[in-house]
Amino acid sequence: MGRAAPSLVQIQLGAGADLDGFRAAARSLIAANLPPEAVVFTSGEAADLFGAPVLPEGEPLSLPRAAADLVGLVACHRDPERWALLYRLIWRLTLGEKALLEVMSDPLVHRLAMMGKAIRRDLHKMHAFVRFRRVETAEGERYIAWFEPDNHILAAAAPFFRNRFGALDWTILTPEGRVRWTGGALHYGPPATRDEAPEGDGFEAGWRDYYESTFNPARLNTTAMRAEMPKKYWRNMPETAAIPALVRAATARVGDMMEREPALPVKRNPDRAVAAMQAAGPRSLEQLNRIISASEPLVPGATRAVLGEGPVGAAIAFVGEQPGDQEDLEGRPFIGPAGQLLDRALAEAGIDRASVYLTNAVKHFKFVRRGTRRIHDSPTAGEVKHYRWWLERELDLVRPGLVVAPGATAALALTGTAIPIGRNRGPFRFGERPGFLTVHPSSLLRHPDPEAREEGFAAYCEDMRRIRDLAAA
Amino acid sequence: MDETLSKKLRILADAAKYDASCASSGAPKRAAGTKGLGSTTGSGICHAYTPDGRCISLLKILLTNYCLYDCAYCINRRSSNVRRARFTVQEVVDLTVNFYKRNYIEGLFLSSGIVKTPDHTMEEMIEVAKKLRREHRFAGYIHLKTIPEASPWLIEQAGLWADRLSINLELPNQQSLETLAPEKNGGTIRAAMGQMHERIVEAKAEKRRFSPAGQSTQMIVGADATTDEGVLRTSDGLYRRYALRRVYYSAFSPIPEPSKVLPLKAPPLQREHRLYQADWLLRFYGFSVDEVAAGGDAGMLDLDIDPKLAWALKHRERFPVDVNTADRELLLRVPGLGTRVVDRIIAARRHTTLRLDDLARLTPGLKRARPFLITPDHRPTRLIDRQDLRARIAPKPAQLELFG
Repeated sequence: MGRAAPSLVQIQLGAGADLDGFRAAARSLIAANLPPEAVVFTSGEAADLFGAPVLPEGEPLSLPRAAADLVGLVACHRDPERWALLYRLIWRLTLGEKALLEVMSDPLVHRLAMMGKAIRRDLHKMHAFVRFRRVETAEGERYIAWFEPDNHILAAAAPFFRNRFGALDWTILTPEGRVRWTGGALHYGPPATRDEAPEGDGFEAGWRDYYESTFNPARLNTTAMRAEMPKKYWRNMPETAAIPALVRAATARVGDMMEREPALPVKRNPDRAVAAMQAAGPRSLEQLNRIISASEPLVPGATRAVLGEGPVGAAIAFVGEQPGDQEDLEGRPFIGPAGQLLDRALAEAGIDRASVYLTNAVKHFKFVRRGTRRIHDSPTAGEVKHYRWWLERELDLVRPGLVVAPGATAALALTGTAIPIGRNRGPFRFGERPGFLTVHPSSLLRHPDPEAREEGFAAYCEDMRRIRDLAAA
Repeated sequence: MDETLSKKLRILADAAKYDASCASSGAPKRAAGTKGLGSTTGSGICHAYTPDGRCISLLKILLTNYCLYDCAYCINRRSSNVRRARFTVQEVVDLTVNFYKRNYIEGLFLSSGIVKTPDHTMEEMIEVAKKLRREHRFAGYIHLKTIPEASPWLIEQAGLWADRLSINLELPNQQSLETLAPEKNGGTIRAAMGQMHERIVEAKAEKRRFSPAGQSTQMIVGADATTDEGVLRTSDGLYRRYALRRVYYSAFSPIPEPSKVLPLKAPPLQREHRLYQADWLLRFYGFSVDEVAAGGDAGMLDLDIDPKLAWALKHRERFPVDVNTADRELLLRVPGLGTRVVDRIIAARRHTTLRLDDLARLTPGLKRARPFLITPDHRPTRLIDRQDLRARIAPKPAQLELFG
């Protein structure tokens, strides 16, 4: 380390949160090895521009993330000492105290942390307390607010409003400057005055109504209110005009409630409505199906619900995984390639397709689009469970003698837990319901070896014969 | 805003205000961009405070205050003579959007009295949320009150649109429910909480959106005879079993049109406050219900001092602890030291030895903490044994503004 410069160096920064100016100055000062005692920071118009020496540019400083964040916050503070304090922090960080920010008990760190906290609070209150007023203009509707922050935070606060109101044309006017969001960009401008803001808004009376009605006079606590919403903000918040009257009336309102005798109900007890309410819920398959059809798909991609098909009281119900491309287009279950395989197996076992009930665990076709093709996408366990309630109610209403779960998805839907098929293939109980576990027909279709495919199909047909016998028993 | 809508808003905001839940937190950060409306920030924003000291974050309203239930503590029960009103789905959507655009609110908290059937009511509430998300591309916060008596598939639908779902347990045990809320059933409520919990966990694991800000509940304090210990035991069970994000405690408050079976009293605000503090001790400070209860008397918390101080005064043998060496669990037990202060202490003492002056910069609660701490320049050995320690550090009794 070299020696300190003999005389004071004066650094001139712009008014307000001149973070860029400070960063450049700090780089130069560190490069010149100038200690904090040798530097004086001035900012705004008051400063003497002529005495300022021109320092060579410095290398970018690598500060810990937390330090960079703190510098950004404190730069917004109205305290003129902020730049000197920040430079002292940077000096110490670069001089070997890398973990300085972890030492919150250090007087400098503590002071800067308190300043940062004040800015965070000021920002938070600005995000919370800005009130836009809508105006109709020749270029469309605009939302304009007048706000008076304590510190230089306009630029730091703007991104929040941009993210939130990206589709609106909005402006925030402050005594220090203004910002307008329009045409996809933020535009900063000169200081504003209150009279540039609109006078009122059609929704302010309604907002005040809400404010008054949501207040509970039995919990009056103006200290807590003022701690979080200090009076200095009130003049730009239309709802606060209601406060004095609310506070004045609170005690009497509560006294009134406490003294009043409980009144007998004026209206007759709605016995029939209460009884009807408790008996609600779909009582037929048609009612349930209407609900399913009208509901939002719980898997991505789907266009329509594919409902179950077959007679109520069927001896056998098949619960497939989910409808496929063809099923989705025609709105009927088990008509795609897997359905055709099932048809063949049913025929082998001598089961009439028209006599069985066919449905799916997941009522919608989950797919991903690849070009013009819609590729089947397996439902996740959570998605299968979204659909369980419908399936349960459906089976309650159909009352099949035997429930067949071809594949793991159906088993998951019927039991709520993952059941490995291989080990459990055969008769199985789904809670109260007698059932049967077998493989999914599409697993037979996918097998690459034709001989294994044949064997698989034979075993599948054998399952069908057992299902037939179990259902007949 | 026209006069009829204003009138409805007054009735249906008044009808909703006894629900203590206000948070707009916990949703993943998102922004609607230039085609939609709204954003969420993670921690939520309080846009105004009413003279009861509570915040307005969400537009908290009922869809309707017509109700077929007859819960004695509720202003909207069917036997109440309160004025009734009913919003249309579209009215709620328009109000939310217009309030939101003026930066009055973070989003919508929608609850409802039970009209026709629980299913019908729930479907209408879901419709509001769906319309907001679909037609207005609304990315602000939506909290939907779930009706546990509704069909379970409606919960599956509600979670698609809401940031947070909640079911109010209202009363901590089945017996109180039977007496004061005859249409409600603890088993049904817990089943629905269980269902939501399962779906929330699965969706998070599968990176899908389903009530991403989790679920919460509310219990009314002071309407039945349950002790603080009983209330906290119920909360503890709910946090464990259903991973609730919050349990709200709502001091039973005088309502216009009171019920005969439930006489009005001043709301037990201090009790509510102590329950919140105790709740925090359970969730963030490693306390058990037994330990919290041990600080009080006969199952009730000490109203004059906070539950951590109450516990510490009864367990003086555990103190004082050395700020520079004690582990985190022990520091968390020190009255006056919060979780963030403890983390700061632990970070700072890796680089320096902490003295009293240093602590004063780390915590605003040093006055309370001092008798329980050791630093190189402070050793309170005698202080900890003093009989009048409680009187010395307990805050002067503060007059509550309305009820002493």
